[in-house]
Amino acid sequence: MNKPRTFSTGGIHLDENKLSGLQLVTFVDLPREVTMLMNQHAGNPARPVVEKGDHVKRGDVIANADGLVSAYIHSPISGEVTSVGMVKDAYGKPCEGITIKSDPIDYNIDIEEVHEREAVRTNDDIASLTPDEIVSIVKEAGIVGLGGATFPTHVKLSPPPGFKPEILIINGAECEPYLTNDHALMLAHPDEIIEGTRLLRRATHVPRAVIAIESNKPDAIRLLWGKTAGLDDITVMPLKTKYPQGCEKQLIEAVTGRQVPSGSLPVATGAIVQNVATAYAVHRAVRYDEPLMKRIITVTGDSVRFPGNYHCSIGRSLRSIIEQAGGLPDDTAKVILGGPMMGRTVENLDAPSTKGVSCILILDDKQARRREAEPCIRCGACVNACPMGLEPFLISTLARKGRMEDAAHEKIMNCIECGSCNYACPAARPLLDYIRLGKIGIKAVSKDKKKKLIKWKGH
Amino acid sequence: MSVIVTSVIIVGAIGIMAAIVLYVVSTKFHVDENPAIEAIESLLPGANCGGCGCNGCHDFAVKCATASSLDGLNCPGAGEEAMRQIASITGLDAGDSTQCVAVVKCNGSCDIRKTNAQYDGEQSCAIKASLGAAGDACPFGCLGCGDCVSSCKWGALSMNPVTGLPEVDNVRCTGCGACVKACPRHLIELRPKGPRGMRVWVACSNKDRGAEARKECPVACIGCGKCSRICPHGAISVEHNLAYIDPASCRLCLKCVDSCPTSAIHSVNFPIKKKTDE
Amino acid sequence: MERPLIISAPPHIHTQRTVRSCMWHVVAALMPALLCALFYFGIGAAVVIVTSIIGCVITEYLITRFMSGHPTTIANGSAVLTGLLLAFNLPSNLPVWIILIGSVVAIGIGKMAFGGLGCNIFNPALVGRVFLLLSFPAQMTTWPLPSVNRWMYPDAATGATPLGLLKQGIMTFDDINLTDCLLGAIGGSLGEVSAIALLLGGIYLLATRIISWHIPVSILATVALLSVCIGVNPWVELLSGGMLLGAIFMATDYVTSPMCHRGMIVYGIMIGVITIIIRQWGAYPEGMSFAILLMNGCTPLINRYIKPRKFGERRAKR
Repeated sequence: MNKPRTFSTGGIHLDENKLSGLQLVTFVDLPREVTMLMNQHAGNPARPVVEKGDHVKRGDVIANADGLVSAYIHSPISGEVTSVGMVKDAYGKPCEGITIKSDPIDYNIDIEEVHEREAVRTNDDIASLTPDEIVSIVKEAGIVGLGGATFPTHVKLSPPPGFKPEILIINGAECEPYLTNDHALMLAHPDEIIEGTRLLRRATHVPRAVIAIESNKPDAIRLLWGKTAGLDDITVMPLKTKYPQGCEKQLIEAVTGRQVPSGSLPVATGAIVQNVATAYAVHRAVRYDEPLMKRIITVTGDSVRFPGNYHCSIGRSLRSIIEQAGGLPDDTAKVILGGPMMGRTVENLDAPSTKGVSCILILDDKQARRREAEPCIRCGACVNACPMGLEPFLISTLARKGRMEDAAHEKIMNCIECGSCNYACPAARPLLDYIRLGKIGIKAVSKDKKKKLIKWKGH
Repeated sequence: MSVIVTSVIIVGAIGIMAAIVLYVVSTKFHVDENPAIEAIESLLPGANCGGCGCNGCHDFAVKCATASSLDGLNCPGAGEEAMRQIASITGLDAGDSTQCVAVVKCNGSCDIRKTNAQYDGEQSCAIKASLGAAGDACPFGCLGCGDCVSSCKWGALSMNPVTGLPEVDNVRCTGCGACVKACPRHLIELRPKGPRGMRVWVACSNKDRGAEARKECPVACIGCGKCSRICPHGAISVEHNLAYIDPASCRLCLKCVDSCPTSAIHSVNFPIKKKTDE
Repeated sequence: MERPLIISAPPHIHTQRTVRSCMWHVVAALMPALLCALFYFGIGAAVVIVTSIIGCVITEYLITRFMSGHPTTIANGSAVLTGLLLAFNLPSNLPVWIILIGSVVAIGIGKMAFGGLGCNIFNPALVGRVFLLLSFPAQMTTWPLPSVNRWMYPDAATGATPLGLLKQGIMTFDDINLTDCLLGAIGGSLGEVSAIALLLGGIYLLATRIISWHIPVSILATVALLSVCIGVNPWVELLSGGMLLGAIFMATDYVTSPMCHRGMIVYGIMIGVITIIIRQWGAYPEGMSFAILLMNGCTPLINRYIKPRKFGERRAKR
């Protein structure tokens, strides 16, 4: 193995806290009821194509992609559509959703199918697929980036004209503490990930793919290293354990040595990044014609009884997933979707899980509270932590004082919101809060008079 | 003695030289400004609130002085009298202006609003709004951190510590609209001030279905449509489960206020007895 | 019904390091030098240190309590640190009243007048020290001899520092014993005499990542390089006077030093240059405090013009 590579600017070292690291993937039975949210991907919300009372089969399309940047949504269970309308998402915001109640007869068939689905394409079939066919299968399967950004994969696979991708990077860095879902997936399905990687590589016309894994997962590196030993198109690259190694721009720099120019798309460096879970989903879609209906979710936290990686259907309520891990602990104070650095706090546990949920992290009261902010002592910890080479103390203050033009001049829009500055600040200042505020403000100004109304059907 | 004389001479000479330089520079770089601009600017409040749509008061004065018509140019802060004076300075007709004031379209005070979660962090509405519903059961309601209060240059808004909602001071509010932009939930609307300050509006922005809205907040507009049916002037429309009173058609009859089952319609500055209700 | 969940903006975890822990780490790093001071200057050192710390803490308390209206900030240890650093810059036979004036100036004018911790432009301890140096030049430049009369305060037997002797032409570079400089058996302010103790503290600060190497290394390297260029013994320049105390503990003060690494290096180089200029051609034998104060004043300028390298703002190598 070579020396682990990494990105050049900033970064922080976090306590890994990978509590569920040694756990294998636990399969969770199909839910009796699911709610599929229409905005569970980046871009336009999907448009429902079913109505109340309709009967759907597992894998049926229940909502169509609306526009170019959007994704199809499929039903993960067979049953009857019980409602189409507004539901609350995990953050308490209203959002259109389709609720499906399972059918007792179909339920057993579904369960069998979940465990053993027949391959619809043979090796020869797959070898003869053209890149465009692969992209369209990915699109039909409703696959989105499963690292958390949920950007529709088929859009990312067809870069805008003028860009020529040269390398595909499969992101297995998983730099956030606590998260182990990608790690577990790599250990459980290495061959499938490699096949998915190859399909993605072919779809994007690039000669070479790299599976990048942080060095805190030596077993996954060794396993995939062995499996790719004879391949000349896919290599495994160990990366240094440093946050935010898994952020797209940092990952591209670590792997290729090229920095994404400020203000342009990552593909400008010739690299396309996809998550390992996305690669696995692509494999499922191509070989089994199975749309994206389930994913691995890490349920973890210091007081969770059975922290682990749970393979469950999308659309299941968060509460029922937490129950698989032994239920909500009594001292729960904060529930986070995603990792502790970039995840968002949940206020509605009855909300359904979505395609982008990689982790449910449960913190107790002591961990959940923020420390009181003290005056800035100008120590420079934030400046040294910032992976984008920004000066968080400065742009945060400018944004707080409403000096948006100055903040924009200091490249506030380059911020990737990784939270490193906020983490590193010894005075516990809410740096990122105000930086995000500034970014929202600048975006609103650039949209100018276009009224930013709450997303609502009909508007 | 000679020391004193020398220092006086030196300092004096430096002073005279500096004065000459300043004089030369000021005459050489003198810019003639339209005296009307200064006259207009002296009438403006100088708060640079941006309510007129210009970048500050000076910008507005320049626009007034150079414009061919005052239509669309209105300083809400200065008031109608000042606009008339500006019109006489420029020799143009005063533009049409209706005095507006801000109204807050949320009614869920601290004691009755339901909460799901507890917010921990900076007291800023914009930051809270970026987290989703931010702890309140109602995802449309006031966040209570006073972004509007800090945006107001006139001191017309204040947070009521009991209700947790912002309150508008009718006299001070100039209708500049800074708070409208500051509210991330878009809860503040500019409405005509009305005769003697009397005005009626729906103090709710909840677009959820009635049952849901009711669960979230007891004083929410549930979109039942009673008010729109009872309104004799057809001023009330219900869209997305939310009633809206069109200020242009409203005759302040107050029928809707009484009809609202959740008391979501507010009226202010009416005489205590319902004399106007005929 | 479960308790209401807490919601807040990310990130949800936070470093264990606090302002308080940073300050106490620096205080801990000063302990070897403190022990050396006690060893060489005995009771005098103890009196100066205790007076200075008490003076600083009380001044800060009184100002926060009765003048500024801010919550008191004594607990974060910054006043203790200022007091300790001020004491380290004073001779061990200084009368108590002068020390108290120094601590009042250090905290009152050097720090609180600007708005308290984080707002001050100049290093408070150095403000106090320089104020005393200019106001009481005689008392501030008579140093007791080390290891003589440890149990006496104030000390009668006094001498000069190696740099002072060099300045007056009494000694040449060859007369200075480098081993004494390393161990601290020389005249000087009580905290600056022992190079080894200060270096130990510096290593501790680097190991705990309280400071980065950029400022001390750039100062020391510049001083060494320049002294070779102008033909003086670099070891004497590095080990004598307030050089190490300044480079490791004073110049690296968070509040008054630049924020980014590139700025720190410029700041360090300039401190080195100014120190050598003052030592070589100035009226004072010792230039470290003035150099640091001058560069403290330039720090906002450095922060303004020397920015960290932004990601994606340059064409990267292939």
